[in-house]
Amino acid sequence: MKLSRRSFLKLTGTTAAAATLAGTGFRKAHASYEATRVDYAKEIPSVCTFCGVGCGVICHVRDEVIVSVEGDPDHPVNEGTLCSKGSAYSNLSYIFDEKGKPRPNPQRVTKPLYRGPGESDWEEKEWDEIMDMVAERIKKTRDENFEHRNENGDIVNRTNAISWLGSAFCTDEENYLFHKMARAMGVINMDHCARL
Amino acid sequence: MTNHWNDYQHSDVFIAIGGNTAENHPVSMRWIEKAREEKGAKLICVDPRYCRTAAVSDLWVPLRPGTNSAFMGYLIHYALENEKYHHEYVLNYTNASYLINEDFYFDENEGVFSGIEEDPARNAHSYDQSTWQYQTDGEGNVLKDETLQDPNCVFQIMKDFYKKYNVDNISEITGCPEDTLKEAAEMFCSTGEPGKAGNILYAMGITQFTHGAQNVRGIAVLQLLLGNMGIAGGGVNAQRGQSNVQGATDMAILYHILPGYLGTPQEVHPELDDYLEANTPESGWWVNTPKYMNSLLKAFYGDNATLEEAYRYLPKLDGKDHSHIAMYKLMGEGEVKGMICWADNPVVSGPTTGDKRRYQAEQLDWFVSIDVVENESAAFWKAPDMELEPSEIRTEVFILPATIGYERDGTKANSGRWIQWQWKAQDPPGEAKSDLQIAYMLFKRLQELYLEEGGATPDPITKLTWVEDYGKDLDEDQVDLYKVCRKVNGYYLGDGSLVENFVSLEDDGSTACGNWLYSGYYNDPENPNCKRREREKEGIGANLNWAYSWPLNRRIVYNRCAADPQGRPWNPEAPVVWWENGEFKANDVPDFNADLPPEESAETPFIMLPEGQGRLFSSGVNDSPLPIHYEPAESPVEHVLYPNATHNPVSQVFYPEKLADRGEGYDVIITTYRVTEHYQSGSLTRNMPWLNEMMPEMFVEVNEDLAEEEGIENGDMVEVESIRGKIQAKACVTKRIKRLESNGKVYDIIGMPFHWGHKGLSTGASANDLSPSIGDPNTTIPESKAFLGKIKKV
Repeated sequence: MKLSRRSFLKLTGTTAAAATLAGTGFRKAHASYEATRVDYAKEIPSVCTFCGVGCGVICHVRDEVIVSVEGDPDHPVNEGTLCSKGSAYSNLSYIFDEKGKPRPNPQRVTKPLYRGPGESDWEEKEWDEIMDMVAERIKKTRDENFEHRNENGDIVNRTNAISWLGSAFCTDEENYLFHKMARAMGVINMDHCARL
Repeated sequence: MTNHWNDYQHSDVFIAIGGNTAENHPVSMRWIEKAREEKGAKLICVDPRYCRTAAVSDLWVPLRPGTNSAFMGYLIHYALENEKYHHEYVLNYTNASYLINEDFYFDENEGVFSGIEEDPARNAHSYDQSTWQYQTDGEGNVLKDETLQDPNCVFQIMKDFYKKYNVDNISEITGCPEDTLKEAAEMFCSTGEPGKAGNILYAMGITQFTHGAQNVRGIAVLQLLLGNMGIAGGGVNAQRGQSNVQGATDMAILYHILPGYLGTPQEVHPELDDYLEANTPESGWWVNTPKYMNSLLKAFYGDNATLEEAYRYLPKLDGKDHSHIAMYKLMGEGEVKGMICWADNPVVSGPTTGDKRRYQAEQLDWFVSIDVVENESAAFWKAPDMELEPSEIRTEVFILPATIGYERDGTKANSGRWIQWQWKAQDPPGEAKSDLQIAYMLFKRLQELYLEEGGATPDPITKLTWVEDYGKDLDEDQVDLYKVCRKVNGYYLGDGSLVENFVSLEDDGSTACGNWLYSGYYNDPENPNCKRREREKEGIGANLNWAYSWPLNRRIVYNRCAADPQGRPWNPEAPVVWWENGEFKANDVPDFNADLPPEESAETPFIMLPEGQGRLFSSGVNDSPLPIHYEPAESPVEHVLYPNATHNPVSQVFYPEKLADRGEGYDVIITTYRVTEHYQSGSLTRNMPWLNEMMPEMFVEVNEDLAEEEGIENGDMVEVESIRGKIQAKACVTKRIKRLESNGKVYDIIGMPFHWGHKGLSTGASANDLSPSIGDPNTTIPESKAFLGKIKKV
């Protein structure tokens, strides 16, 4: 499937939105589509990561990287269609330069980062080290603020000192592990975006 | 959702209210369009703005933000007064005939029910609900009047209660012209006719109010009256804003529940027996609570603890609120020391707190962000409006780089409860890891630390089954996703074989199951149900062999209601279940015992409830047994229906001094929303160049009359202020929002998307710097969709 930028905009139905804001002097940017990059690509079905419609997507993978994402024509809900966010899904991994060449999205964090007390910048860390640091912080906070029994002497095994958020962006299996580990830690301040 | 996206094709009339389907769930519009093209269905859009859903609708109903409850009350009034309700359905499948305690009353002056009492600890009121109960005979059977004439029966109480919700009053409250209201009522209530289907779809524009649960109840009650529950094309359909907000809710990333909607243990129930007794009703599906709870305890602690010990390990709640707003208040008070945020960006998406900006994150000792980008919450210490210098902020901040959808395997549940497998297509960039692996690694280290060093009450941590469950025989830090799926699905502890579904679960500790609702989704490792990709060839669009839907692959819940008590389908064109030649046939998985004769299953079609029948009147809510209209906490008008009432008296109030009263100069109504091109707090989409190109920056929609008065032109910078803060953004002067006139006064509304913050490729002001931290009494969801402010040109 070949897409020019013009037909991409048309497909995603966003020209109306662009028109409503025309005249406010918003800056212009340039992007173009490399039309042949899905040639010889392997197709892997997945699910769109944005809203709750749960559209099926086909990821086109060449040399183990995603070169394009489009709607899954076999999916009963979207039958091949996607909205503007879904159509831009691969932008989370790759952006395109002025010549239309893909390069990794530089906004992605690719190394664990740490910001120490009073510091004004991030510092890169190794996974092993940062995981030990986080586990130590959790343990210290939990140990200093753990309520094993309440005033009545009943066992309550909780701490108010740790808060937990999320996530609606993660899978069911991940959320299951989150719930299991949070409760084991005694977390009672727990929420996700169902309220936001 | 009680129904699902494909099922929209069977609707005759849609109401899109408190949501903007065309912009925020764009692909679902194709199923609405299909119903319109193929069967002449009508679409009513209820929205303060002439949004893109309104633009394609058959009827646009503009309302003042915060008055959905009045509108729903009017539709209920219209159905009752004009006898548009589905009489046979109401009589057989709802509690319309049930008699309510004779001491129950409603005080029309105050706008409150019997049992109201002061609740100074919460700065609010609460209810003693003892008079909200059914009348019973000596043996506990509910007394009913099937003629629906007894003044104490639910039906008569409703007729009386909704008298005031007439078109004059509701037009005055909502600012919507009477003719438009009447047209909407007539159009939607036409679905009360047997065989017709009405569908109400909504989102956060219904829920994010101090009366959010009342709004949802209003929808549910109307759907019960019109016979629209459990049928094809009907339902109460919450359109979820995120790809797995349904699954994260099912897995209970919420303080008040455990996976599968089991209640979180309370300190008043210190032992398992206390919990089971308090949480197991005598009838309805929840009689199975002990099976589900005990299987969950086994999934958590396996053979490392008895059921009783495992229960003691779980944290017990202290009777207080611990949801989003509450935990931020605790943070401000210095009680919360550390915070873990998985792909969440509360600095942008949550309501503002007291005086302190950026959510008091500087109060924390440490903050961990597991995300794919540096979001505003992790970078709170860099915010341009942060009053402290970074050198003054002692908080340690960690970013653990994670993955987006197609970078890992696993399931997500869409709005229609379809649990779909998301295949991994590529590795995450650099050293980023899947959230599953990060969670596994983190708890593994915590467990090792407690095993090595001991600490405060180590058993709940050290006894939790973890490495032996998910990482056994694997390389260091590797986690086996299949073993997590197996745990969620459930298995027999004896031989380790998978249970077929939750019907197999036991209460004696012989089965383990991480979430009973998901049981069955992965019961065959060779061909798991959640990976199925077979489209339906004939049927009603249920697509039973595509993915797996909870519970038990049922696509339309309460589907016994799709047929009359004798088992004849109300709508033979789209039959869901029907009785034929001595047995039930179905185009879906029956959500009832299909082995029973139809007259018997018709007695309890709402299987989750102890009484088995839909609740027009409910004592299960904290603030009102009948859907009621209250004003938002910040409202420019007096209550038209109840002279001494204002907003919901049972609301969860956190910062009373941070709410504006009428007449304090804050008289413009502000509402917030989303746009197609951005997603929630924008931390992803504002880092996607294609989307920024289409929707490049923050804006404030201002109506033409207000703009003229304030001298604001399209594109001018404006300052919007509430009692809680100020932001600046460009004005978008528009015809989409009109000045409302009601009772000789005019009301201006301004609208803002809430997607922006100070990080990313596109930066801008956060609308939620203005929104209040006050919540619904049932859910504590913040009131983000209607509050007061002022606007001026900069």
